[in-house]
Amino acid sequence: MKRIKHWVRDILAPAAVLLLFSAIGALLLSGTYQTTAPAIEKAERAIKNQLLAQALPPGSFDNDLSRAIYPLPTDPLLGLKRPANRYLATRAGQVSGVILEASAQDGYAGEIRLLIGILPDGRIGGVRVTTHHETPGLGDYIEVARSPWIRQFDGTSLDRPDAAHWKVRKEGGLFDYVAGATVTPRAIVKAVHSSLRYFAAHRAELLSGEAP
Amino acid sequence: MMLGSETRDIFYNGLWKQNPGIIQLLGLCPLLAVSNTVVNALALGLATTLVMALSNGSVALIRNFIPNALRIPTFVLLIAVLVTIVTLVIQAYAQPLYLVLGIFLPLITTNCIVLARVEAFASKQPTVNSILDGIAMGLGITAVLVTLGALREVIGKGTLFSGFDLALGDFARNWTVTVFPDYPGFLLAILPPGAFFGLGLLIALRNALQSRKA
Repeated sequence: MKRIKHWVRDILAPAAVLLLFSAIGALLLSGTYQTTAPAIEKAERAIKNQLLAQALPPGSFDNDLSRAIYPLPTDPLLGLKRPANRYLATRAGQVSGVILEASAQDGYAGEIRLLIGILPDGRIGGVRVTTHHETPGLGDYIEVARSPWIRQFDGTSLDRPDAAHWKVRKEGGLFDYVAGATVTPRAIVKAVHSSLRYFAAHRAELLSGEAP
Repeated sequence: MMLGSETRDIFYNGLWKQNPGIIQLLGLCPLLAVSNTVVNALALGLATTLVMALSNGSVALIRNFIPNALRIPTFVLLIAVLVTIVTLVIQAYAQPLYLVLGIFLPLITTNCIVLARVEAFASKQPTVNSILDGIAMGLGITAVLVTLGALREVIGKGTLFSGFDLALGDFARNWTVTVFPDYPGFLLAILPPGAFFGLGLLIALRNALQSRKA
């Protein structure tokens, strides 16, 4: 009898209290999640739309990019682990560019997700970083809001510069970097270069609605 | 407004006598990581202050219902819930701020100063005092973070208040003060070791001030 009493007092009662607190916590969290989810999605979409619009030269398209979504299969050249999207830009009904979702897997702190805008003639219209985990204050100059670094890809293409110069300056390439943070830019240079190779191999499909 | 002597003590403790950043030396993780610019330091400091006020207040409210053996797990659970809620709310309604703070926002959960104040103060004190203690300690750590942030930003980048536009919007674009024009930058101050050096200097400074007073 005494043992049962002990058991209730020392184990069952505290467990019940902890369970109660966990349940209350779970309830609070799911409530907050439900209320904030639409606002979070809206804020994220707004930022993505802004970045999408920056991945091609202003005025080169007149359609709503966020609605011109086509699938993109996983491909090692794009660094994708999951199927992603591409966005087809048109001007006056004519295809004027495509934006590929790509990814650099070898950043300093994991994956760097990119939007790579390519013009029909194979030149880069613009590159933007959507998410990354690079060191704050050091590797985050890849964000266009923090520095113009990412703009140096504008106008480059598969043969300009040639393959030997698609590297950071430190390795004899053409692309600038910030001393102390070379892993980050190296990963992005590589990812942009291989995305251009992907584009070259699948150009016709990418610039139409067809599956590459 | 008259401040009761109790309230004054709480704030004196939080901001100076028991300052979490330079006396208790708790909560060093964000101190070292985020204090490389003023804007990062200020934003994370204020978010931590908010979490501490909420966690101290809610623990003080329910302190009589928590079995003694379950104190720590319950506190940790509660802090994790509060931090997640604050993170979600900031993500939903202040997305730019969320992008600036990134991973350090959820990491407030692991900041031991939050748990320390809940355990040492809020679990034994009335609710209002506990909330005040959370605010005082939070402001104490914010003050250290901002000082360290200013120090590291000036030495590391030669600027002050840069990047406020990322957190607040375009109207803050002109807030950046260039202290040294054409400054080449001093990487050590930006990297984590710079935080250790800066923190050491601040502790020494506080000790010097304190011993002069005594």
